[in-house]
Amino acid sequence: MSFSDDDTTEALDIFITEARELLEALEEGLLGLESDPDAAETVNAVFRSAHTLKGSAGLFGLTHLVGFTHVVETLLGHVREGEVRVTPELISVLLPCADHIAGVIEGVAAGRLSATEPQEAAGAALLARLTPFLPGVFAVAPLPHDIPDPSPPAEVTRGWRLTLRFGPDCLRNGMDPLSFVRYLGTLGTIDRVAVDDSALPDAADMDPETSYLAFEVDLITDAPKPEIESVFEFVRDESDIRIAPLAAASYVDFIEAMPQRDRLGDVLLESGAVTPTEIDTALRIQRERSLSVPIGQVLIEEGLADPAVVEAALTRQRKVADSRSGDTQTIRIDATRLDRLIDLVGELVIAQASTTVLAAGAEAQGEVTRLIDEVRHSALSLRMVPIGMTLRRFERVVRDVCVDLGKEVALTISGGDAEMDKALVERISDPLLHLVRNSLDHGIEPPPERVRAGKPAQGTLRLHAYHDAGNIVIEVADDGRGLDRDRILAKAVDRGLIPASATLSDAEVYDLIFEPGFSTAETVSNLSGRGVGMDVVRRNVAALRGSIEVESVRGHGATIRIRLPLTLAIIDGFLVGVGPSSFIVPLDRVTECVELPPGPRGRDCMNLRGEVLPFIRLRHIFGIPGTPARRQNVVVVEQSGQRTGLVVDALMGEFQTVIKPLGPLFANLKGVSGSTILGNGDVALILDVGPLVSEHTDHERARQAPAMIPA
Amino acid sequence: MSGVELSGELTIHAAAEQAPRLLAALEEKSVLRVRLADVTEIDTAGLQILLLARREAARIGSTVEFRDASPAVREALAIAHLSLEALS
Repeated sequence: MSFSDDDTTEALDIFITEARELLEALEEGLLGLESDPDAAETVNAVFRSAHTLKGSAGLFGLTHLVGFTHVVETLLGHVREGEVRVTPELISVLLPCADHIAGVIEGVAAGRLSATEPQEAAGAALLARLTPFLPGVFAVAPLPHDIPDPSPPAEVTRGWRLTLRFGPDCLRNGMDPLSFVRYLGTLGTIDRVAVDDSALPDAADMDPETSYLAFEVDLITDAPKPEIESVFEFVRDESDIRIAPLAAASYVDFIEAMPQRDRLGDVLLESGAVTPTEIDTALRIQRERSLSVPIGQVLIEEGLADPAVVEAALTRQRKVADSRSGDTQTIRIDATRLDRLIDLVGELVIAQASTTVLAAGAEAQGEVTRLIDEVRHSALSLRMVPIGMTLRRFERVVRDVCVDLGKEVALTISGGDAEMDKALVERISDPLLHLVRNSLDHGIEPPPERVRAGKPAQGTLRLHAYHDAGNIVIEVADDGRGLDRDRILAKAVDRGLIPASATLSDAEVYDLIFEPGFSTAETVSNLSGRGVGMDVVRRNVAALRGSIEVESVRGHGATIRIRLPLTLAIIDGFLVGVGPSSFIVPLDRVTECVELPPGPRGRDCMNLRGEVLPFIRLRHIFGIPGTPARRQNVVVVEQSGQRTGLVVDALMGEFQTVIKPLGPLFANLKGVSGSTILGNGDVALILDVGPLVSEHTDHERARQAPAMIPA
Repeated sequence: MSGVELSGELTIHAAAEQAPRLLAALEEKSVLRVRLADVTEIDTAGLQILLLARREAARIGSTVEFRDASPAVREALAIAHLSLEALS
């Protein structure tokens, strides 16, 4: 069956969204059963998830998904009836089944509507593991067809794939396509026939005497190609007959069903179409000639790969790029929120109409302004999702990592109903995953060590989310070893990150773990010892306009706190003016505003209630010409506990602003995170306080360090 | 629930009569059983009609069930690697 029309595609999108949710529920339920095997409600929920999943998959004719899920559902049905007991072993078999279903669903999402060979083999292996748990009366239903060997096809020299598209008048001319297929059978063995009825028109437009069907035939034969060609001699002129060696065709099939890869070489290698030696040869030749020659071309020219195979691999590779850019996913929206938005838009239209009536003009203007504000809030709330879903995913991570590392860890999640922008949720889950793994890997000790330290053998990992002043804060806390201040310091000195004589506060020391290339792990485990480092975590968080901080007590654990804005689209800003230019400082960074005391011009710090406050003259940094205002102001901003002043000419007050990203031209501009358009049409730059401050106060601090100013 | 019987030639020579008959029967029933026991001959034109009926049934939300394939039908389906179940 083919999904070509838009309705079906849309329905399929919804199915995929639902299926992912059902799977999450399934996995969550299974994990719940592991800790509480007798929870009838959980058993019911898990069974229902599998049952619904199977049903929906059936609607779309996804037989591979139906077949597999059916067995899982049957087993869960027995669990529900009390015929099968929940044991850790059972859960350990069912969890990979959930993973497998997830893989199949992602395959469907990527447009693969039937099982790939490796998938089928993996599915069969999993079902075989389920069999012992099923009561004797029930035998596992065989898979729709034999499980082929998942290894890539071997070279078949005598196999041909024939694609037969006969002319529309062939039946009238007394040529029956079926009889050609029948005749092909006399030349050898027909391995496979696929009838393609996609050209068949609607019933009303169909002419019963016109030929619409096309056939694809895989023929294994000793006959040479010309002999196969001669079969179609009489229909050749009006038909489209293609005969391709099956080896290439089966590689092409295999490649089309593969998971996506970034690099062409990977695609070709994994499919077995080329050997590692061949790839190496091709890469060498490519280097000798010039890198501008694509590797695919080299492979073809050197006769290392079949053009059809390279073509298929290229489209697979391109699909990767496509699916990354065209990330149009459906999102579920709470109906009452949507109703509210539509009501508001209605009111807005009415208010807008009344602004044209002059007498009521001013009042209506105020009303429009108020409504626009509400509409914007309401529209943004559509994109808000509770973070709990994301946090609960880590239950599985914790479970698997504990099994790997032989640790005992209980995960507690709180504040899961705190909401944040969907786009943010998606982008924060990777950094969070890394922090969780880091805690499990380096933070929480193995049970014997914990017992020696007088702690319970089971460690605790706490994920806690809460709203705080226009931000969402997510904490990853463990009760493990904590950070080793001395070791971090020694390592930083060793790496030349800081001078040996430096005296740093605890927070500054802990902050060092986010420096590139910094890892205190002495053993590189297969988890967080490699892959992304903490520096990448910090960079990702910073890219979301967030910040990250560490608290730790040696021997008692560590807490890593990520602070993020609620949405990426709008910030509460503080509008300031420097000469003719306007800038916006994110309001959540502003602690206070004071007047700049008169003082020596060269100094870039002032006395704020007895403390030294270094400051940055925006006029100077952005090279704004003209003389500063007579009375300048200082906006005091706070960044990871350090306060810094921004010297400006004018304070223009708070201002909610819609962020427009800067173009790629400004990608390397530090200290500016975006722009916005003011009511009068001017552009104002939004300052990125973090980099701005660290960039400019470091050398100022260094300059000031020897001579403290008298208070 | 009722049936229709296709008999004789289900080929290019009879397709022009057979197709409208089958489609008309489909319009009237939510579940249509089509007996193929008396089909003496079937070619690509006949196969097309069965495929079209299947698709049409899916479009209007009814069900078509092909049953009792005659030897001629069985042979043609075998060539095309199809089955009656796949068609229904």
